[in-house]
Amino acid sequence: MTPETSNSVGRLWLIALAPLALLGVLLVVIVETWPSDVIGADAHPSVEKLSLAAAKLRPNEISLTVLNDGPDPVTIAQVQVDEAYWAFTSDAGTMLNHLQSARLTIPYPWVEGEKHVVRVVTSTGVTFDYEIAVAVETPRPNVRYFVAFTLIGTYVGVIPVALGLLWFPLVGRLGRAGLAFLLSLTVGLLLFLLVDAGQEGLEMALVVPESYQGVMLFVFGTVGAYLGLESLGRWLRMKRQAAAADVATSGWALALLIAIGIGLHNFGEGLAIGAAFALGEAGLGTLLIVGFTLHNTTEGLAIVAPLAHDRARVGELVRLGVIGGAPTIAGAWLGGLVYSPLWSVLFLGIGAGAIAQVVVQIVRQIVPEGPVLRFMSTAPVLSGLSAGFAIMYATGMLVG
Amino acid sequence: MAGLGSFAGGAAKIASRSAGAQQEAVGDEIPRHPQRMGAIGRVSTESFDPSLFLRTWNFSDRPEVERRQFYRETPRPDGTMLREYELFSIDREIEIAPGVFFPAWTYNGQVPGPTLRATEGDRVKVNFLNQGSHPHTIHFHGWHPPSMDGSLPEHEVRPGERFVYEFDAEPFGVHLYHCHAAPLKRHIHKGLYGMFIVDPKDVGGVPAREPADELVMVMNAFDTNFDAENEVYAVNTVAHHHMHEPIRVKVGQLIRIYLVNLTEFDPINSLHLHATFFDVARTGTRLEPTETTDTLMLCQGERAVIETTFRYSGQFMFHAHQSEFAELGWMGLFLAEEERRDT
Repeated sequence: MTPETSNSVGRLWLIALAPLALLGVLLVVIVETWPSDVIGADAHPSVEKLSLAAAKLRPNEISLTVLNDGPDPVTIAQVQVDEAYWAFTSDAGTMLNHLQSARLTIPYPWVEGEKHVVRVVTSTGVTFDYEIAVAVETPRPNVRYFVAFTLIGTYVGVIPVALGLLWFPLVGRLGRAGLAFLLSLTVGLLLFLLVDAGQEGLEMALVVPESYQGVMLFVFGTVGAYLGLESLGRWLRMKRQAAAADVATSGWALALLIAIGIGLHNFGEGLAIGAAFALGEAGLGTLLIVGFTLHNTTEGLAIVAPLAHDRARVGELVRLGVIGGAPTIAGAWLGGLVYSPLWSVLFLGIGAGAIAQVVVQIVRQIVPEGPVLRFMSTAPVLSGLSAGFAIMYATGMLVG
Repeated sequence: MAGLGSFAGGAAKIASRSAGAQQEAVGDEIPRHPQRMGAIGRVSTESFDPSLFLRTWNFSDRPEVERRQFYRETPRPDGTMLREYELFSIDREIEIAPGVFFPAWTYNGQVPGPTLRATEGDRVKVNFLNQGSHPHTIHFHGWHPPSMDGSLPEHEVRPGERFVYEFDAEPFGVHLYHCHAAPLKRHIHKGLYGMFIVDPKDVGGVPAREPADELVMVMNAFDTNFDAENEVYAVNTVAHHHMHEPIRVKVGQLIRIYLVNLTEFDPINSLHLHATFFDVARTGTRLEPTETTDTLMLCQGERAVIETTFRYSGQFMFHAHQSEFAELGWMGLFLAEEERRDT
């Protein structure tokens, strides 16, 4: 390295870092000499914002998490349950700084099946409410619980996807129009899931404390998953071409991508189901499971649809089924045992991005060349799209 | 009312913590009681002690020199008294439940304001100075000329200004005073009210009412989040104060309670005394009781003189018989004790 080049590298660093250094100086100046008198910040009351979440019910005890979601410190002074002051303990003191949280435990004789409202009163008398819509004892994580979630995940994720895969022999006997119909059907199914995941994710994003910017997190998950799968797909194709494999394997690559996308989606779905059970909101438990089971059988179909021209390979099919379905079990575990709306938002986002990418992949497969829109408006494709959407809509009604 | 038995147990534990320590962590103590109703912690009694307020009128709690700054009495030729008061309004943050601070508007820095007490026929002169941030008045319940009513817009005393209210104390009974500046609702619920007792004249040198252990109780409440509903209820401001500090009385002694309801937002308030009955003289304008009961309901501004005598020693609960108010702070205990024989 010549002195000249090292000099120019040094200059580049200087140019890159100088604005950052000046920014640092500015921050110091603001913090040190904040003209609060001029702006009148002292005269204004502090902004208090608490976010209450994750209520757990044990016999004669309610506990929940309080997060300071505002810019200023907040002191928890009292706790009311159903408009009565009640004793409580905190595991992290009562003064919470920005984004600090504490778990409050209230020895309260709650009534099974009835509604309770926990209200936190701060030192300035501002109140924050948390409604326990239906009081049910929170399940404790134990082996039985673990088994239950595994079963739910299996019923909802693994078995339906596997059943869908059984259509594989049928797919091979379809003609060109039949295949276009089937692939379009898959796109219809997936578009439905995409809208569903988007709605659920954005709804959940509103529950997340504002400081965590749920919508941004959702978008981040979506875009990240889309781009991630896109580059994974390219890598898979390059690998296959390098191995000089026969043309038919391209179907398997697409099926794998679809399975991954659906797996990511099912993970988010598992989170939601597990959380619903953990929070005691799954009053319609059995119907919910039946709905998801029917709903997810179509996902197996989506996975095998691109394999029309491929030889049957049982091992490969099982692998696809596991990739697509098993994440539901993991999701149910995580959602049921360590529920967090934050993770739900992120994974619903990732699921949505994955599905969007899969939709694009399939469309590429249906339309090898030529204008997309003209091909999309052919009879098999249109009827396939509509049928896919209709199936999801009908089975979705069972899920509620 | 389930779980009240465990209240005292919880209170004893809580009492060991330093009073009014706002920033103090609640701690990790695992409650042994299955349930514990009531606010936790204690309110600092440094600037306002509800137990002291109970038996204080005409600034009787102050040392003599300090008391003269706020209250002076001068006998008049006809045997009545000229009673002069110095009242001022001032904005002040007060602690109404442990760790809960309310931006109050006060008379003389306290809620309820100082209790004024005169005898029927006395001349009352109140020098009022508004040191608050809004216009205020003092509107007395009682006989007086309209110019002394403190209710019309032209009666409002602007910040920094003074006004002298002067009238004869009539009729005898238990009355109230409060700010009547607009908007009325806010000026009352922010804390501008107090009790005004007018004693009946002596009859032939004998007091018209029997001597008694007399107690001032103002039923009030606070809307801390300004949603036009109260978060804290109490008698004399501090939630659940007398659950920790029972009102000590003697068995067999006549107890006279001057009770007024100044609760805003709720149409009524009430007092229920356990295991005891009491005589009620509504508004205290008659010496004879109008009813005997253990539960009395009053709308805002209504008041009564209540008399009872405890038959048994021990703790007697008293509270609003709206359970909601009781559990939000309006609940306390009397502790009746046998008179000591050796004194």
